Amino acid sequence: MSRIDDIFADLRRDGRKALMPFVCAGHPRRGDTALLLPALERAGASVVEVGFPYTDPIADGPVIAQAMHGALRAGVTPRMVFEEVGSIREWLKVGLVAMVSYSIVHGVGGAGRFVGMAKDAGFDGLIVPDLPLEESGEVRAAAAAAGLTMSMLIAPSTPVERAEALAKASTGFVYLLARAGITGDGSGIPDVSGRVSRLRTFSPLPVAVGFGVSTPEQVRGVVRHADAAIVGSALVRRLTEAKTAGRDPIAEAEGFVGSLAGGLVG
Amino acid sequence: MPMAPDKPVAPKLSDVPTPEGRFGAFGGRYVPETLIAALEQLSAMYERICRDGKFWDELHDLLRTYVGRATPLFKAERLTGHVRAGAGAGRGATIWLKREDLAHTGAHKINNTLGQAMLAVRMGKQRVIAETGAGQHGVATATAAAHFGLACDVYMGAEDARRQHLNVVRMKMLGANVVEVDAGSKTLKDATNEALRDWMGSSDHTHYILGSVVGPHPFPMIVRDFQSIIGREIKAQSLRLMQKLPDTIVACVGGGSNAAGAFFPFIDEAAVKLVGVEAGGRGKGPGEHAAPLNLGKPGVLHGSMSYVLQDENGQTADVHSCSAGLDYPGVGPEHSYWKDAGRVSYTAATDAEALDAFTLLARTEGIIPALESAHAVAHALRAAVEMKADQHLVVNLSGRGDKDVDEAARLLSIRAESPPGR
Repeated sequence: MSRIDDIFADLRRDGRKALMPFVCAGHPRRGDTALLLPALERAGASVVEVGFPYTDPIADGPVIAQAMHGALRAGVTPRMVFEEVGSIREWLKVGLVAMVSYSIVHGVGGAGRFVGMAKDAGFDGLIVPDLPLEESGEVRAAAAAAGLTMSMLIAPSTPVERAEALAKASTGFVYLLARAGITGDGSGIPDVSGRVSRLRTFSPLPVAVGFGVSTPEQVRGVVRHADAAIVGSALVRRLTEAKTAGRDPIAEAEGFVGSLAGGLVG
Repeated sequence: MPMAPDKPVAPKLSDVPTPEGRFGAFGGRYVPETLIAALEQLSAMYERICRDGKFWDELHDLLRTYVGRATPLFKAERLTGHVRAGAGAGRGATIWLKREDLAHTGAHKINNTLGQAMLAVRMGKQRVIAETGAGQHGVATATAAAHFGLACDVYMGAEDARRQHLNVVRMKMLGANVVEVDAGSKTLKDATNEALRDWMGSSDHTHYILGSVVGPHPFPMIVRDFQSIIGREIKAQSLRLMQKLPDTIVACVGGGSNAAGAFFPFIDEAAVKLVGVEAGGRGKGPGEHAAPLNLGKPGVLHGSMSYVLQDENGQTADVHSCSAGLDYPGVGPEHSYWKDAGRVSYTAATDAEALDAFTLLARTEGIIPALESAHAVAHALRAAVEMKADQHLVVNLSGRGDKDVDEAARLLSIRAESPPGR
């Protein structure tokens, strides 16, 4: 059992749901990730997705893309991300999922090598958003061998049979995209109850829903059906704004995620 | 009775891609799940029209009456004479120009955009989007959209919009909306990112007319097929004009669509030497060139595995070329396949060599080539000198240079102010 499995098993036993914030490693400043992870845990996150900055993140909207470009300009590399996460891992209970483009996985030496480094740093799982089912065999095998979870994405345009195959190929949890398009917090989220309950008919895995979640009410709406709400751009935007305005991004992130966690209850 | 063992039939090099979109180790489909349904729909529609004679009749009729095909294969006698004057006895191949610059809108790009616009119509999509570097693909997409009555948005890097301003004006006149992209390097790579992002949210009513043999399957195959009319015409015209196939075909390679179109019908003709010319820029250092086949390594960019210029962490490297259409860190996966198979050789021409060829072609033949195509001319001059006088070299002159005259004049005047050696 991986830590991710344990976390969701504990939550299920207690009838609770998970908040899963996303941060971009090295954003808003180099070194902030090691401070942010404990802050997000204190705020009520169960799992944190740590995005590896990439030059050409086609699935991401402007907020996350700019955060990634900023981190790259500051010189952040995958090795630094692993070191930073590794330095804090033993003090954290949250699950840590590496969100990484396949270009980087391939670029640093392939699935086996990337998964090995992720494992050593203390990551518990992987999401490779630009690796569809057909190309994912090698990475899934490497993740399974290392005991890391690998969550596949399911889009609104994914046909039911394919959604089933994606769920079967996933471990840890399944990532359900609330809407088409790129990441961003602008347009809210549609009702996903039908898609979640259909998914439950063929997969026992926890379902995490992301893309467009930015308020406690939206968190509440998502976890009424799903097991976890993912919050990405809304958090990254606040981190950017706090840094720009000279406020403490860490405290601000903790406050924001804490308020979102209010949506998990009641 | 002993049976003779079945002789294995060597698979033809042209028999690609696989149904999964693989060209040997290259190609594939590295895109978010959100795009898979749209790519599947496109694959299915393309498979259907491949068996639909009416589609191809309609397309070829348009190519003839609207684009002006077949484009001529022109014997460049004064350019050949220039080469022979500097060649040894019995040397200096005859240079022929495949005049894609004479196609409607001024480049080969229209061959692909009309075909893909017809696909969009058959899929019931009312809007098309495109990325563009030099603006030629943007203009060709805007043209096809106007012809078929489709809405059209073209993504273009802000730096490219500056240096190819004429094409921005043309696209707007054709009714397209030009979206300038300010992210990253503000060139073709970033315009492609934005077009892909648009398509992630719009594919139910929008077709993405990708302009080169790059991107996720089935785009590299579809664009190659639509562009292969170039090579088929070269074949027929060579047999008529030279009474044989050409000895060498030279084409510039950015993403590689004009080269793929010129080469593909010759891939199984081992006697015909094929040479792709990348942008050598101003040097071989990082960020100085745009030559992934010469100086890159396999990696993933924009949805396919191919040679790419990236650092040791998979981050896409900065690139440079005087030509906006070649200023791209990746290349089509089939070119990577041809390179590793040893079928096509890939070389590079520098900014300076391309500018020299640009000027020379204008003055010897009265043809102002696109700066992209000038890279092919530059290598053709080098290659023809070494070839025998009874040999024939075809340059795919992929586009005309009207769009480049301001930029070329600017670059030539900079050079005039700082002669080499200073």
